Amino acid sequence: MVKSVLGVNHQGLRDWLFQRMSAVFMAVYVIGLLIYFVLHPEITYYDWHNLFTYLWMKAATLLFFLSLLVHAWVGMWTIFTDYVTCPVARLTLNTIVFFALTGFFFAALLILWGV
Amino acid sequence: MKKQRPKNLNLFTIRFPIPAIASILHRISGFILFLLIPFILWGFYLSLTSAQSFNDLHQILITPWVKLVIWCSLSAFLYHFIAGIRHLLMDIGMGEELKSGKLSAIFTIIIAAVLIILTGIWLW
Repeated sequence: MVKSVLGVNHQGLRDWLFQRMSAVFMAVYVIGLLIYFVLHPEITYYDWHNLFTYLWMKAATLLFFLSLLVHAWVGMWTIFTDYVTCPVARLTLNTIVFFALTGFFFAALLILWGV
Repeated sequence: MKKQRPKNLNLFTIRFPIPAIASILHRISGFILFLLIPFILWGFYLSLTSAQSFNDLHQILITPWVKLVIWCSLSAFLYHFIAGIRHLLMDIGMGEELKSGKLSAIFTIIIAAVLIILTGIWLW
């Protein structure tokens, strides 16, 4: 019974995988941005703003923030699971983190929308 | 599976060998980065809204005490980044033995420390 080993919805494995996938994407994005900064040492508002007018950059940045949402969610959940022993406190913290992260994602979406 | 498995996650009674230090620093830096998200978003917002707000952000970032905060934030990021790469390498089966795990933990801390110092030099 493989199913019982992985859990009903394979949640643990899925979380594990999502955390890694999001980590890899964010690492690539940050390295890409770093290369951009190295190539443009005297960056102006117009260069920076122009970069974010490209559709692919908007998509990549949105994907970055989505990855951040997933990655931070799994990470914070893990920390609370390990150190917060009171179930009510843990649920409260997880709820706060969930809404905060979702809110951050929508904020990022709206910022990009305005460019 | 036994329900009452012995476990101890109390941070004040656990012994911390080098790999454990590398691991707990990864957690602490990750937690700090979570707390920094709203500030990063605020900076991102200022940087893209107008030339005026871009310059405002620039003025904020070059304030000496803000620079120090930025350096601390970048330090958390750099450590989390390097330690994260170590974890990914371990996931694909590299450095999983006791000896290599210890060695990679030491390397992680050294590489992160060097990058943090270099970032400090670059900032000032």
